[in-house]
Amino acid sequence: MDRIKFLGDVKIRPTLIQLLNLGMIICSALMIWKGLMCITGCESPVVVVLTGSMEPGFKRGDILFLHMNKEPIRAGEIVVYNVDGRDIPIVHRVIKAHERRDTGEIDILTKGDNNQVDDISLYSGGQLWLNSHHIIGRAIGYLPYVGYLTIIMTEMPIVKYLLIGVLALLVITSEE
Amino acid sequence: MHSAVQRANTVATIAAILLATICAAASFLDAFNSPSLQAHVQVVKINRFRRQLDGNDEVKMTLKMSMDLTSLFTWNTKQVFVFLAAEYETDTNSLNQVSLWDHIVQEKERASFQVKVPTKYPLIDQGTNLRGKKVGLVLHWHIMPISGRMIQGKMPLSNFSLPDSYTTRS
Repeated sequence: MDRIKFLGDVKIRPTLIQLLNLGMIICSALMIWKGLMCITGCESPVVVVLTGSMEPGFKRGDILFLHMNKEPIRAGEIVVYNVDGRDIPIVHRVIKAHERRDTGEIDILTKGDNNQVDDISLYSGGQLWLNSHHIIGRAIGYLPYVGYLTIIMTEMPIVKYLLIGVLALLVITSEE
Repeated sequence: MHSAVQRANTVATIAAILLATICAAASFLDAFNSPSLQAHVQVVKINRFRRQLDGNDEVKMTLKMSMDLTSLFTWNTKQVFVFLAAEYETDTNSLNQVSLWDHIVQEKERASFQVKVPTKYPLIDQGTNLRGKKVGLVLHWHIMPISGRMIQGKMPLSNFSLPDSYTTRS
């Protein structure tokens, strides 16, 4: 009697458990990411360095840990900012800071360590300064090389699909 | 029972955990480094002090600096970024920080040096407040590690006063 199995519901329960496991893994990863966002106060607490403009300090493929708080931005800090109209964040160092007495607003000029000129040509339109609301976060920590995988996945999407396909296959076919 | 894939998975996981622990430990130990550095700066000459076409004051000068940054280096240090900032206040701005010169030191052996250089970046004010202004020179450093937390520090050096009137090109 136990051997009689209906074709329709063969292996439904194990499959559902597998899907649940997959869902749990995805949810845990999401929780960790969102938790990091709360702790560090940034929308993206980890960024990958994409250009060589901060060499020899940061090379392409390094990972930066960001933090953001209400402390005013000061010269020498390495900040990550978005320029209006471009969605790639830029990681450069503040070389000039002017803090207004009345509003507390700060005018910032940045420059990449490895660049000859400052970033004024990168700011959108006729903008001369960055302000606090342009800054996504300050770089406080650093890990070398780890981000290179992300760069490969962005520049050759086939690798990304391959990786996701392999991972999905492993999860579904594994026994635990 | 233990397939090649499982073994590879275990080795990779342990390697990753070990690497992460070493990186964290290296960065943690950096916090115990208490640096004692010495530095001295002197404004040799004001090369140019004028009002730009867009209305802001601009100063270029020659600086003579000597510093010893060797105590900032630990074995987890990749480079030290050092810069000299001119800091002053005006009626409209409670703080102005302008970097005049910066340098990257990559080796401990080259961390003690003297230079006499023109300023890399001009001191440009937001306005025309620099005549007769008392400006503080502050040395800032940024220790960038091989992995882990970056450490910043600063040390005020000497003050100097800008001339009361613009100078012509010399």
